Order: sequence, then C-alpha cells, then structure tokens
Amino acid sequence: MSDQRGTTPSQTIGPFHRIMVPWEGGAELVATDDADAIRIQGRIVDGAGQPVDDCVIEVWQANVHGRYAHAEDTREMPLVAGFEGFGRAVTDGDGRFDIVTVKPGCVPGPEETVQAPHISLSVFARGLLKQLVTRIYFADETAANDQDPVLRSITEAGRRETLLALPRAAGGAPPVYDFEIRLQGPRETVFFDV
Amino acid sequence: MDQPTGYNRDPAAEQPPYLYPDYRSTVLRAPKRPLVPLPHTLSEITGPVYGHEKVGPLDHDLTRQHDGEPLGERIIVHGQVMDTHGRPLPDALMEIWQANSAGRYRHDADNHPAPLDPNFSGGGRCTSDADGRYRFVTIKPAAYPWGNDPNAWRPAHIHFSLFGTAFVTRLITQMYFPGDPLLDCDPIFNSTADAAARQRLVCRLDLEKTEPEWALAYEFDIVLRGRDATPMEG
Ligand SMILES: [Fe+3]
Repeated sequence: MSDQRGTTPSQTIGPFHRIMVPWEGGAELVATDDADAIRIQGRIVDGAGQPVDDCVIEVWQANVHGRYAHAEDTREMPLVAGFEGFGRAVTDGDGRFDIVTVKPGCVPGPEETVQAPHISLSVFARGLLKQLVTRIYFADETAANDQDPVLRSITEAGRRETLLALPRAAGGAPPVYDFEIRLQGPRETVFFDV
Repeated sequence: MDQPTGYNRDPAAEQPPYLYPDYRSTVLRAPKRPLVPLPHTLSEITGPVYGHEKVGPLDHDLTRQHDGEPLGERIIVHGQVMDTHGRPLPDALMEIWQANSAGRYRHDADNHPAPLDPNFSGGGRCTSDADGRYRFVTIKPAAYPWGNDPNAWRPAHIHFSLFGTAFVTRLITQMYFPGDPLLDCDPIFNSTADAAARQRLVCRLDLEKTEPEWALAYEFDIVLRGRDATPMEG
C-alpha cells in the first residue's frame, strides 16, 4: 500500500498514570457475589526480588463461554450482558494486585487447536519502555492446558509453570487464585512477543 | 473458523527495547530471557472496545475542570489516530496526563518543589471522531527533574494512552514539543534507536489551527499497528 507509515514508538507509562486518570471499578470485571466469580491475587517483583509497587495491570479475556465481546469474534456463542472482558488494576506497596473476574471458556487457536482458558495480561510501569505481555492460565485445567498450543510451544523446563495461577486451598467465596509475575530471576515469567 | 489476520510487527529499531541502561529503572525491570513469539489468535486480535460512555463532555478540556483557569500557556493539541496503512481509527479511547505549567504533577509521589496549581488536575480523556481526529485543550507542561541521574530533567511532554482495535494495538506513549533542547539528553525519548521513528513523538506547531488571541495549536498524529496484508499462515 502506498500510504504506509511507521507505528508511533511506545514510551513508559511512568509513575503517575494511576492517579491522574483513574478508572473506577476497573479491577472488578464482575461483582464479587457473581455465581461464577473468581479472585486473582497477583504480585509483581523485580530483578532484586523487590515488589513493583507502581504498576498498572490490564487484563483482557473471553467470557465463561469462551466468547470475546468484540466484533471480530463472530462465532455463534452467547455474550454475557454487562461482561466486557477488560479490567485495570494497580499494584500496592507490596506489589500486589487483585482482580475479580470469571474463568474464561476455551477459545480457538491456530490450525484447529483449542486454547485452554487464559487471560491476556499487560504490565505497564516506570522502567518499562513498553508493556510486558503475559497470560494467566489456570493450574486446575490440566487437560486443557496439555492441549494448549501456546503452553505446548514452551518446552524449556520450568518455564510453562510461570504462567499458571494456583488455586488456593480451603476456598472461600469467590475462590482465589495466586499468580506471581517475576520480571527477572531464576523463575522469570514467560513474556510474549506479540 | 478461518485463521485471523494478524497485526504487523514493528521493525526493532522503531520501538524501544526493554533494557536501556541509560534509563536506570529498566535494569531491574527488563526481562532477561528472550520473549516467546505469540501467534495472533482471537485473543490478540480482539480487545477492549470503549467508547463515549467513558468520556464526559468536558473531559477533553483540562483548562475547565475547576472554577478558575489554570496558570500557564493555553494550548490546543489535536491530530489524527490512524493505522500503519494510513486508515483513520474512529472511536479510539484516548487518555492524557501531564505536569502543570511549573513542572509538577498532582500526585502524592511527585515531590518536585514546584507549585501545584489549584485549577489544574492534569488528566483528560476523549474519543477520536469518525475520521480518527481528536482535540484536547490544555496547558503547556514544563520540564521537571526525575532523579535518573543527579541532574536529569525530562523534556516537556504529555503522556498519551490509546486503545486501538485489538489487544495488540494498545499503545502508551509521550508527546514532545519541537525544538526542545532537553530531547537530546533524555534517555526515554532516545530509547528508540531509529531517528525518524523518534520524530513521530514530536508534535508540530500548527498555526492554521491556532486560535488567534487565545491558544497556539500543536498537531500530533498517532499511528497504531495495522493489519497484515495477508492472513497469517496457520
Ligand atoms: Fe511525565
């Protein structure tokens, strides 16, 4: 095409976004008392093992049926009224963030494959010149995870596990999953080139 | 279902790397392992769709959020949001945030001893119109020190956040002003290796859209990733 031009470069979000343009209720994709609600309690640490206390986290996901609330998802599957699939949270002084959502259904992958339930996640922070992209999968979806084309593409020992949210024993309601994001180190989280 | 058409990938020199030691905070935050390539599936080519319900009628005008007028040089910042094929992107949710005309953010974590302005909060939102065009009215921000080294000053800038059409078109960037002598020594600006790509972060003085006796205008077009020309190989 003749009118080709380059993308505007990314620049760091810096430390001030969270207060300057607040997003009310962004970390609750569904109400805490929703029948399908789960809580994801995350934590982010840097290469020195220190909590990253100034992150903005964004999540994007399909609904419980595996349908995205987006025009490009043209499959005949139900939308869920009021469920947009987007959330935004900030980390606290301990690098922790908290998201209330639902576990998404499976969505199609390349070449007739089926992707296990997953949530796409972007990390924005001071010191990140562009967002880091990872995915939250669920450790209690063993069968689906074994068939997931993205997880299967990660063959190095110990790396796949960095993408798994772990169900916390002795659940209350909603059930809690723990998800740790390590920016560096021996258990560095898998980040994707998108 | 047919394989979705993916989005183009930018040449490496046209985006900043994660590790850029001149910007000290990258050293402990940049991943050390290579990124894992992710095919563009339905999860990547869809994305949050936000429109006008997130934006109030005056959210684009940062000079009218309080009873009085903020101090400083009133400016109009406008432009077009488009993809790499030059196609305008309508209904893109945009957020901006910035320091005031003294170089101070209205944020507890900003302890630069410059005055706060009771009439300036420094955050705004708008959506691009049917032709991808947007317009903010604000105050020209000032430079501020940021501690990257004992005498580090950020050039005047406005932070921009955009949602495009897909998860992979999400962009957070910064707009700079032409002729700013601090650009040459700013590691955040210079983290993008390609000089022409860096210039896409600098707005242009626009006398045509300037409103006489009221405000200078600056034009800042923003280009988000576009669709690949051909469907991805499965
Ligand atoms: Fe700034």
